[in-house]
This record gives sequence, C-alpha cells and structure tokens, in this order.
Amino acid sequence: MALSDRIVVPAQALARTKALNRFRIGDKVFQRLTRAAAIGVLLLLSGVIVSLISGSLPAFRTFGLSFLFSQRWNPVTEIFGALPAIYGTVLTSFIAMLIAVPVGLLIAFFLTELCPQWLRRPIGIAIELLAGIPSIIYGIWGLFVFAPFLQATLQPFLINTLGNVPGIAPLFAGPPYGIGLLTSGLILAIMVLPFVTSITRDVFEAVPAVLKEAAYGLGCTTWEVVRNVVMPYARVGIIGGVMLALGRALGETMAVTFVIGNAHRISPSILAPGTTISATIANEFTEAVGDLYTSALIALGLILFVITFIVLACARYMLMRIERRIG
Amino acid sequence: MKAMPDNTLAARYSARRRRNGVATILAYGATAFGLGWLVLILGALLWKGFSGLSIAVFTEMTPPPGSAGGLLNPIAGSLMLTVVAVLIGTPIGILAGTYMAEYGRYDRLSSVVRFINDILLSAPSIVVGLFIYEIMVAPMGHFSGWAGGVALSVLVIPVVVRTTEDMLTLVPNALREAATSIGLPRALSITHICYRAARAGMVTGVLLAVARISGETAPLLFTSLNNQFWSTNFNAPISSLPVVIFQFALSPYKDWQALAWTGALIITMAVLALSITARALVPSGKQS
Repeated sequence: MALSDRIVVPAQALARTKALNRFRIGDKVFQRLTRAAAIGVLLLLSGVIVSLISGSLPAFRTFGLSFLFSQRWNPVTEIFGALPAIYGTVLTSFIAMLIAVPVGLLIAFFLTELCPQWLRRPIGIAIELLAGIPSIIYGIWGLFVFAPFLQATLQPFLINTLGNVPGIAPLFAGPPYGIGLLTSGLILAIMVLPFVTSITRDVFEAVPAVLKEAAYGLGCTTWEVVRNVVMPYARVGIIGGVMLALGRALGETMAVTFVIGNAHRISPSILAPGTTISATIANEFTEAVGDLYTSALIALGLILFVITFIVLACARYMLMRIERRIG
Repeated sequence: MKAMPDNTLAARYSARRRRNGVATILAYGATAFGLGWLVLILGALLWKGFSGLSIAVFTEMTPPPGSAGGLLNPIAGSLMLTVVAVLIGTPIGILAGTYMAEYGRYDRLSSVVRFINDILLSAPSIVVGLFIYEIMVAPMGHFSGWAGGVALSVLVIPVVVRTTEDMLTLVPNALREAATSIGLPRALSITHICYRAARAGMVTGVLLAVARISGETAPLLFTSLNNQFWSTNFNAPISSLPVVIFQFALSPYKDWQALAWTGALIITMAVLALSITARALVPSGKQS
C-alpha cells in the first residue's frame, strides 16, 4: 500500500504538470492565433492598397498626373483620363446627399420625438430593411421602373420649368433620357437614406433627457427642442453619419451602373448620361483588352478607394468622438 | 425680459406654433416618403417577379435567349460561393474579434484594427473585386469560383469581427472571473464560457454577413465571372444569381429580363428573411 502510494503520487504530479503545460501552451497558441487574425485584418487593408497601387502603376507611368485631369477616354487609341468618372461620382453623390440628409434628419426627428412608442420599432426596422435590399435590386428597379417614370414625369417638368430659368438653364438642358446623372443621384438618395436615418436616430436618442426636458420646461415647441437642443448636441454624430452615407454613395456600384448611361463625357446638364468610377469599372473591366486599359481601370479603383477612405476615416473619427462623449 | 405688447407676443407665439406645425408635417411626410420607396420597390419586385416564379426556375438551367429555362445553376453557384465565403471569413472574423474583446481590449492594436475594420465594413465592394483580381485571377490566369468565394469572404470578415467584438464585450466580467477562479485557462474560458454566452449575437453576425454578400454583384463580376452551364468546379468560372441578374436585365431579350426579375425577387426575399431572422435572434439589446 505504502509502496503504491509512493509510486502514484509522482505520477499524479507528473500528469498534473503535463496538463498544466498543455493548458499553458494551448492558451499561448490561442492567443497568438487571435492576434494573428487581428493583424490579418490590417494586412487585408494594406493588401488592398498595395495591389491597387501596383496595378495602377502602368497607367500613372504612361499618363502621369494628367490621368486625373484628362477628359478623354478612348480604349481604341489607349488614351485614358479619369475626370468624367470622378465628376460623375462626385455629382451623383452630391445629389444623393442633397436629398437624403434633410429627409433622413426629418425621419430621425419623427422617430425620436413624434412617433408613438409602439410604432417606433416597426418603422425603424422597415427603414433598415431598405438598407438591406441588395444594390442590384435598386439597379433593376431603377432601369425598368424608376427611369421610365422619371422620363415621363419629372424630367420633362424640370426641362419646361427650371430649364427656362436663366443661369441654371444649362443644368436642365437636353432631352429626357430617363437614365442619367440625376436618376443615379436619386436612386443613391434612396439607398443611403436608411444609413443617414439610423445613425442620426441613434445620436438623437443619445442626447440626455434632462437637456430636452429642461427645454420643454422653458416652453419650447417640439421643433425648437430638436432644432436648438438636440441637433447642436448631436452635431458631430450627424456629420459622422452623413459622411458614412457619403462613403457608401461614392462607392456604390450596381445601382448606378444600370441607370448612369456609361458616357465618358462631362456635360453641364444633370439630365444627360454620364459615368461614375465604379460604373466604369463594372462595365468595362471584363472587356478590357491590353494591359494599359486594365491598368487605367485599376487606377480608377485606386482613386475611388482613396476618396472613400478619406471620407470614411473622417466619419469614423467623428463617430468615435461622440461615442467617447456618451460612454 | 422686456415687457411686450400683447399682440406682438401672441403673433410670436402663433408663429412659433406654425413653424412647429410645418416641421411636424414635414417629418411625417419624410417618413411616408422613406417607407413609400420600400413599398414601391417590393411591390414592383412582387409584381414583375412573381409571375415568372415556377418550379422550372429551380430545376432548369439558364436558357439561351429565346427559349424557356430556369435559374438552377446560378442559385446553386450563389449558394456554393456563399458557403465558401462564410467558411473562410467566419473563423478569421471570430478570432480577430476575440482578440479585440478578450486579449487586447485596451491595447493599441485593437483600436487600430477597430478603426480599419470599420473602414473595411463600408469600403466599396468593387474595389475588393479588383484586389482579388490582382492577387488571384491575374496570377492564376483565369477566373475561378475560388476567387469569387475569397472576394466575398473579404466582405464577411469585417461584419463578423464587428459583431463578435460587440457581443463578447457584452459578456459580464463576473463570468470570466468565475471561470478563472476554478482554474480554467484563458483560452478555455473564452471558448467554453464567453462564446457560449455570446452565441446568439455571434450567429446574428454571421447571418448579417450572409445577407450582405448574397446580393453582392460587384466583387463577383471579375472574379467568379459567370457560367452558362451547370458547374461545381471551383477552378473554373461559376455562375451566381446577382451576376446573372445583371447580365439578363441589361440584355434586350424579354425572357431573360423576366428571369432577371424573378431572380431579383428570390434574392430579396432571401436577404429580407435572413435579416429578419438575425434581428429576432438578438433578444432586446441594441445591435449595430
């Protein structure tokens, strides 16, 4: 008995050390693994940047900086300039924000102050479902339903009214094509509306109730509370949300590709067909023959990535600031 | 405040009320406007897509123009691409999220990764397509299902990282302390205690990621390309529902356009079902 005790105890101790070691090693391995995955996310982004830069080198080597400012896009003679695509991207996003920001703010106002409690969640979810609809659905709907509708109604109206106003007439010149820059901008507006709404609603809700109650106590109307208390308090968050939505609008591909018309030119009229960076890539990349053509398209992708990166980084920075203030 | 004549006060008061009334009406109008689009888009989808819905859609291949057919190969292709993307993206996403919430909650690496991940979350998906083209399609010399799956997994990762981190942060520290106090090593306490507590939220993250990628077209256009025929070979171009919709909708053929609408209806219903399920899974807490 005594003998077996003497033998068993070291064996147990040995097993215990072994188990402990296994735990320790397992722990280390798991920690390294998670750390590697986290670093992998960083590598992913740097990989995107590096591959885009290396892919676009031939284009920039051939055209230099004039690639950014040239209006010509001719695959046959292999002369490429990015300006029409950049112009289309910026203009369509601008139209989208012009509509989506005020409407989104008003919906947030409705959801936080006016809406009865029981309706808040359903309406909030419905608005977010809009965000869940894939962009290709907006595209097909835009091409077959929305564009013909605009061609028959809004566009002739704009041409007949604003098209005669001196000064802004060139903006609304030309025949109503249906598709074009304005249509793309409007579809983008519908697409980014849920982003603006849900973020502004969140920052509106984060405004301390005491502030609002104090304002109501002074006799402010609902609108005055929102205008003078809620919006100033939530300003940074609103700007962050708007920039986030802008980032989406700038990079949106499929919805725009269907209705933009894919015309590489800058025309003063917003009713005319144009192109955007993403639409150009989507339409032409698989058909691009020759290294220079491919490289020019990748260079367009690089420009798009740099623009959206800056916009999104600003947005995240602002949203982080407001989170820190709340938290 | 200075005393004011009664009529000016009354005028000011009614002006303020009027302004409030206008703002209220505008807010109601804006909400109706926002919801109106949802109704219009879903209505058009049902109207145009439902008539084409039949058994043939799920049993027959994509037709050449002018003849009848279905969407079997793109549906199967989309499912396979999604599975590959989730299988690649989810483990990486969960591990990275775990590091940020558990091991490195307060270190510098985590905050940098969080920032970068948030940017990846809304980066243009077409750029992801270009990236995968550069690193996979161009070196391999041909389009392939693998490239498409990897491209989609790049979109899965940020969504999963974000939800995993958020959900693990919500797990009470008392659970971790209890696990440590009975001698559980950190790795086991994370995999056996924290993951279990955060499971519903993490599953939601994966569902949201699937919802996000199932309609993605742009990153597939020049990675997995398209295939007119039945194919399960991931080394070759593979068909997918969004790319087929894109191609068919822009074609001049009426039957192709009708099939595109039907495909659009199928995708939308799948995405909406996924996102509603995901929402139902999260009990009552906020989700990003």
